[in-house]
Amino acid sequence: MKQSIFTIETNVNIAKDVYRMTLIGDTSEITRPGQFVNIQLDGFYLRRPISVCDWEERTLTLIYKVLGRGTEAMSHYTPGTGLDVLTGLGNGFDVDKAGDNPVLAGGGVGVPPMYGLAKRLREMGKNVTVVMGFASAEDVFYEEELTKLGCTVKVATVDGSYGKKGFVTDLMDGSYSYSYACGPIPMLKAVYDKLPCGGEYSFEERMGCGFGACMGCSCKTKYGSLRICKDGPVLEKEIIVW
Amino acid sequence: MVNTTIHLSGLVLDNPIIPASGTFGYGREFAELYDIRCLGSFSIKGTTKDPRFGNPTPRIAECPNGMINAVGLQNPGIEKVIAEELPNIKKIFGKPVVANIGGFSLEEYVYCAEKMDACDNVGILEVNISCPNVHGGGMGFGTTAESAASVTEAVKKVTTKPVYVKLTPNVTDIVSIAKAVEAAGADGISMINTLVGMRIDLKRKKPVIANTTGGFSGPAILPVALAQVYRVYDAVNIPIIGMGGISSAEDVIEMMLAGASAVQIGAANLVNPYICRDIVAALPEVMQKYGITNLEECTGGAHR
Repeated sequence: MKQSIFTIETNVNIAKDVYRMTLIGDTSEITRPGQFVNIQLDGFYLRRPISVCDWEERTLTLIYKVLGRGTEAMSHYTPGTGLDVLTGLGNGFDVDKAGDNPVLAGGGVGVPPMYGLAKRLREMGKNVTVVMGFASAEDVFYEEELTKLGCTVKVATVDGSYGKKGFVTDLMDGSYSYSYACGPIPMLKAVYDKLPCGGEYSFEERMGCGFGACMGCSCKTKYGSLRICKDGPVLEKEIIVW
Repeated sequence: MVNTTIHLSGLVLDNPIIPASGTFGYGREFAELYDIRCLGSFSIKGTTKDPRFGNPTPRIAECPNGMINAVGLQNPGIEKVIAEELPNIKKIFGKPVVANIGGFSLEEYVYCAEKMDACDNVGILEVNISCPNVHGGGMGFGTTAESAASVTEAVKKVTTKPVYVKLTPNVTDIVSIAKAVEAAGADGISMINTLVGMRIDLKRKKPVIANTTGGFSGPAILPVALAQVYRVYDAVNIPIIGMGGISSAEDVIEMMLAGASAVQIGAANLVNPYICRDIVAALPEVMQKYGITNLEECTGGAHR
């Protein structure tokens, strides 16, 4: 974990209530896709935990949805603004478990960490399928970006206004070597029930600190309680208690 | 040169900075970030006889200048704390710590106190009779003078360590409770625990916290803490460890002027994990700015 100042490079609206922010700063503590950062915002006491979409040597890409007053304020931040960010939080996904043809499932703002994961799996030469679920056409993002990485990308919307009508599980028609998922709990459970292969799923919870000190985000697993922020947010599917 | 040394119930602390129970775990996460030996001491996560998962989530809510937690004394139980955490604390910290204990019956407090008494790196026993997040214990013991005194008396019988009783501000008259624990033999008082608070989610139209209410802490409660410490300092002759919203070296001095001999820093650790290290580093300069050469002499300064 590292505390440092990042400078906002861009902050643009990419879907309904969804923004992509790119920042310049020290990303050396970010080691795995699926980790998150915790951002201090002016006028708000607790930091905002946001999953890492992608990172390079000096750039960090975050995609976030405006859900409350904090993310609303964040959406108005302009390029050049400095942000106090804790980086390198959480365990992240283990790319070494992927096998030859992993499937990545993202629901809504569960899609962003799948991008960073897909990118690294493609660099490893994996045959990557990405299935994404959104509520409606206006919510869809990153289909093109993931396609450009060389992934097989499929989209479903609940109302059928874009892609296939239904859920991410309706897009899973092959057999996969491994599964990675991030999204609402009902989606994770559906993926769990559908796929026989192993998997790692990313969870979210309201956090206090984001680095394992306060026990605010504990969850029960088959092997005792874990902290979503420090021991997670990625849990192996075998240990999850639904 | 300024002097930040504090004498507290026979202990000599390099400075009065003590991370508060529940915001510093057992020190592991922070020891990865900085050399925690710069701290005066730290108060370990509230420990109970049996392991506890705590309350359902969400356990955390944000407030203007503060936060609410309803963790509910999650901890691995005293056996594991003594077998694994206290020996590790010896390695990463070295100095005596404040052992915070909680309970749901008099017997549980006594059990934990007896066990902690045998641990050589426990400097102070902090008896939490003020947790607002558990039922059938916790704060229940801290809201009347009689029950507060009975826990104090029972714990004192089984330990030779200094006993600090941690008081709740959620009472009509904290002074009478402070006097009662002093009369029952307490060596000191830790105050204040969190204030009962809640938030409501406008989208769901339901409480944010699964347990409905939680403990409110952070800079917003500093004035409440100062006022209560000020009043209790006037009424008792035992030292006070003051806490509630402290986030800077200036706040530390303010709390000491109100009557605290040392301070604890809680919520601020969760927002800035380096805050205690930074406050320790800032103290000498801030002392100089206000013409203070011996920090210990600040205690109760606002009363003179």
